[in-house]
Amino acid sequence: MFMTVVGALNEGFLQTLKLFLVTLIGALPLGLVVSFGSMSRFAPLRWLTRTFVWIIRGTPLMLQLLILFYIPGYVLESGSPWPGGESGRFMASAIAFIINYACYFSEIYRGGIQGVPVGQQEAGLVLGMTKGQIFFRVTLLQMIKRIVPPMSNEIITLVKDTSLARIISLQEVIWAGYSFLKGSHGYAGLLWPIFFTGVYYLLFNGFLTLLFSWVEKKLSYFR
Amino acid sequence: MSVLEVRNIEKHFGNTQVLNDISFSLEKGQAIAIIGSSGSGKTTLLRCLNLLERPDGGQIVVDGQVIFDATDLTTQRESEIRRKRLHFGLVFQNFNLFPQYTALRNVMLAGELLAQEQEGFKANKKAILQEIRARAEDLLTQVGLRDRMDNFPHQLSGGQQQRVAIARALALRPDILCFDEPTSALDPELTGEVLRVIRSLAEQNTTMIIVTHEMAFARDVADRIIFMDEGYIIEEGPALEVINHPREERTKQFLTNFSNQ
Repeated sequence: MFMTVVGALNEGFLQTLKLFLVTLIGALPLGLVVSFGSMSRFAPLRWLTRTFVWIIRGTPLMLQLLILFYIPGYVLESGSPWPGGESGRFMASAIAFIINYACYFSEIYRGGIQGVPVGQQEAGLVLGMTKGQIFFRVTLLQMIKRIVPPMSNEIITLVKDTSLARIISLQEVIWAGYSFLKGSHGYAGLLWPIFFTGVYYLLFNGFLTLLFSWVEKKLSYFR
Repeated sequence: MSVLEVRNIEKHFGNTQVLNDISFSLEKGQAIAIIGSSGSGKTTLLRCLNLLERPDGGQIVVDGQVIFDATDLTTQRESEIRRKRLHFGLVFQNFNLFPQYTALRNVMLAGELLAQEQEGFKANKKAILQEIRARAEDLLTQVGLRDRMDNFPHQLSGGQQQRVAIARALALRPDILCFDEPTSALDPELTGEVLRVIRSLAEQNTTMIIVTHEMAFARDVADRIIFMDEGYIIEEGPALEVINHPREERTKQFLTNFSNQ
């Protein structure tokens, strides 16, 4: 029995991991675009971006998942744009997560960019550096150092947030654990697999915590 | 011919006029000290010379060449401004060293980046980089930091950091080296080491503009002194004369207030 449960949970956790990684790959760069938008000197773009970030951060991710997954099917004449089955659920989840996390990341980036003293840029300018040289050779590493602690927080939250995708029946690890309660793989009424999913989260987040403290340590040679 | 001629510089921020009709000139090998109370426009003037701020009026002429003219947009092309800044070096009040680089790398970095733009850099890469390194080591030795070259800024005291910053500014061989209150952010016991370095630069006839609150230092090191108040140059003259026998009432008042502090 135990091996059957672990096999099913492994499969569920693979989906959890996939959503986690795809969200990171999409949201890390998109967040930078959003942060540039929210710092734009062009006021309409700045306010548009900030309003968007406010809406995304101000409403639950679960609600955003539901809206993205179900509303298009009602509004579009052609019906739901999502492919049927798990792939459609994954696509909708990934898009909702990427948008949501890009907004959170953008605020962290903004703090990191604005946190580097303007004097650093001016020092580069008076030494005849180009804007690109100043960004890549002077400010970038200082920004990265500043954003690592808040980013590690946010990324660990992301690992746990993936469980929200269950609301549209994405077959992630909690969904897999729950299936043993409802009945699957020849078992029903099993409660413990749900609790056992906690081990997966703990182990993976433990690994991430170690990884981030290693990065922080690597960057601790300067202040 | 003067190495620097500043003609009728004007600058305002919003409705506040920060610089009014600022004109002066500087001979090669001379040091000018600019004194005046906070908010008198001294720092803004330095920032205008380094083109960190764009003056609203006037001209800046270096070695007979107009590098900035407020009425002539062809002198304000972004692409050329970067090169024109190199006429000036600037030592900031807060040092602004790059924290992720050692003292030596701080001094070398800009030189390396500029060398990469030179023709024939690739062919002589090794020799050029070697030369930049040797110069950086020389300069750090000159400011008394031979033993601290491999330290990161946070491992250095404020006075040491400021001396690295001076070496960094000198590395690019600016025509005119500017200091923006170089000791104001330092603990009193650390100002001496920085002032000594600047003094020795003056003895080597480095062309300098020094914004400072250290009156005795200005009198001893500078050839000329400019006193500014509310964005105007109130008085300009030989250093000893301005400090010991000011002509203008406002200069007298400023110096009296100062010595009473």
